[in-house]
Amino acid sequence: MEYFFELLFSGLTRGSIYALIALGYTMVYGIIGLINFAHGEMYMIGAFTALIVSSVLTIYGLPLPAILVLTALAAAVWAGAYGFTVERLAYRPLRNAPRLAPLISAIGMSIFLQNYVLLAQTPDFVPFPTLIPEFAFLEPYGGIVGSSDLVILAVSTLVMAALTLLIKYTRIGKAMRATAQDQKMALLVGINVDRIISLTFVVGSALAAIGGLLIASHIGQINFAIGFLAGIKAFTAAVLGGIGSIPGAVLGSFVLGLTEAFATGYVSSDYEDVFAFSLLVLILIFRPAGLLGKAAVEKV
Amino acid sequence: MTPAPEKTAMPTGKDIRQALLTGFWFMFLTFPLLVIKVHPIEQTVTWRWANMLWVGGLSAAVALACRLVAAHRAAGGERRRQEPDRAIAAPSQAFFLTPSRLVPLLAAVGLFFLVFPLLFSTYQVNIMTTALMYVVLGLGLNIVVGFAGLLDLGYVAFYAVGAYTYGLLHLHFGLGFWTALPIGGLLGALFGVLLGFPVLRLRGDYLAIVTLGFGEIIRLVLENWGDFSQGPSGIANIARPGLFGIEMSLETSLVYQYYLTIAMALLTIFVVNRLRNSRIGRAWFALREDDIACQAMGINKTAIKLTAFALGATWAAMAGVLFAAKTTFINPASFTFLESAIILCIVVLGGMGSIVGVVAAALILMLLPEYLRAVAEYRMLVFGAVLVLMMIVQPQGLIPRVRRTYTGSH
Repeated sequence: MEYFFELLFSGLTRGSIYALIALGYTMVYGIIGLINFAHGEMYMIGAFTALIVSSVLTIYGLPLPAILVLTALAAAVWAGAYGFTVERLAYRPLRNAPRLAPLISAIGMSIFLQNYVLLAQTPDFVPFPTLIPEFAFLEPYGGIVGSSDLVILAVSTLVMAALTLLIKYTRIGKAMRATAQDQKMALLVGINVDRIISLTFVVGSALAAIGGLLIASHIGQINFAIGFLAGIKAFTAAVLGGIGSIPGAVLGSFVLGLTEAFATGYVSSDYEDVFAFSLLVLILIFRPAGLLGKAAVEKV
Repeated sequence: MTPAPEKTAMPTGKDIRQALLTGFWFMFLTFPLLVIKVHPIEQTVTWRWANMLWVGGLSAAVALACRLVAAHRAAGGERRRQEPDRAIAAPSQAFFLTPSRLVPLLAAVGLFFLVFPLLFSTYQVNIMTTALMYVVLGLGLNIVVGFAGLLDLGYVAFYAVGAYTYGLLHLHFGLGFWTALPIGGLLGALFGVLLGFPVLRLRGDYLAIVTLGFGEIIRLVLENWGDFSQGPSGIANIARPGLFGIEMSLETSLVYQYYLTIAMALLTIFVVNRLRNSRIGRAWFALREDDIACQAMGINKTAIKLTAFALGATWAAMAGVLFAAKTTFINPASFTFLESAIILCIVVLGGMGSIVGVVAAALILMLLPEYLRAVAEYRMLVFGAVLVLMMIVQPQGLIPRVRRTYTGSH
């Protein structure tokens, strides 16, 4: 039973990280119908920025709470800036191009960013400092749930709640939903569609960066290639829940996280990634619209 | 009509302001990653301020150049818009397409490749063999991506199927290269159909992701199923291709392999060219341009999609057999997504659907980094940038395909 709960918590932790990344995919897809292949790199860049900023601040001897806040802020700001720039350079010029063009451009961007970090920083794995302190009250349950599990769950729940509020109740959120529904109509009612699309990329990238910071501190090491796998898995989660749907992305992420945790725990850990990929292939074949998505009717 | 007066390309104040702004933005953007380098163990920080100046200066210069080009285009835009895009690219190709120029050109290229091993060292021959293998791979992927418009990101899986077919058949049954080549090709086609069936209903971007997943699954299975594939340690001591049982020294064998790869590349070019102008080829173009219209024309979408996957996979698998024979050692690390991305880059750079373009791009992309050692480190960075730039600047590729027209004007 203890083993079961251990796996449950590990699944929930994974799920909430996937959710933070999957939200970016789903928001971008909902608004411009593009699979942002470079989104996984935002997560990686977030983790690297966090590593750099927290190390520098530690060396200069700041207190831990200040380091935590500044690191999270820096990761979100810089990843957001990267998201903004990538959209401006690689996607905006292709807004009216054939479908394949932005996708290939996105793949190119992803390869570019990976190698940029490889060259600018290091090709090796780097140790990531444990930013989250051990909580004393968790000691009796040490084998089952760690403090970083709890922090990840809490932070991601908070962030997701904030995002939901932003989208449901603010003017910006309303503009985002309008743009997602019908870009031309949104333009006609005076919404600056370009700015809303940029904003979507910034918000999505910042969320992914928070995810990157949390998971890096949980796992303890990062390298330039972590974004690829995480990106694909988060995409799987987004598709599982129904791409374009925000609650769907969260649901899909938890389903994927739990499936992975239990499958690796009870079946075999060698095939961890194969489970995720197989799940992706199966959903796309049998229920391409996902759990909460609506089936799109292709019109002539 | 008189052409609009040329506007001289002088940067205005606004241009310069914008360029400086871009420069500052990129300095800010790249600040943590390019400037700061932390050494976690020694707990020290290196500040690389020079990088920041480089980034700022370069990005400002590029931004200024882009603005000037855009302004220039806008001034001359009136004239350009009257000619269709194709007409700009076509004359350079039309120049070579007349028989009196084409034949000597082809003869010269053919002669160069024929005497290549006599002129250059074994090392160079080896590099050229690799480049020629990528020609085969590029042309194979060109069938799927360029002709049929199905974005396949897991193409390397079929390459792996071919390589492991030969590796395993040789390991367990001692089969030679020439037996493994057709078996590998057939297995490749089979895997192509296996992948094709489930993804028949998927649209472009979903298709891309599923093929990517498929490619990764194949690699992960090869890595983890040790009893079957010997896992990450791979298969060693695979025999080089034989020639009627003649004993060959290593050097002769490499030269023989070079000619073999040339023959393979020529065969691929021939077959792909014939396919392109065949009934199936035209059906693929129809599918790529508009699948609904294609169906309305009475084309069996299922059949031609599967044919595209199967034929594309066949070439990849045969190249895989060749690869296993050339390196005599294979392991799953040779078949990562990066490899698929490189092959895709070849197709995109050359021009999707263009045979000459893909051949040229494969040679350029494979040979340049070998001879420019200084840039070899930046190879993948450049590949990524090439994919983005090509899509924005010239989506039809370096050497756009020339569509065969039936107007009888030739």
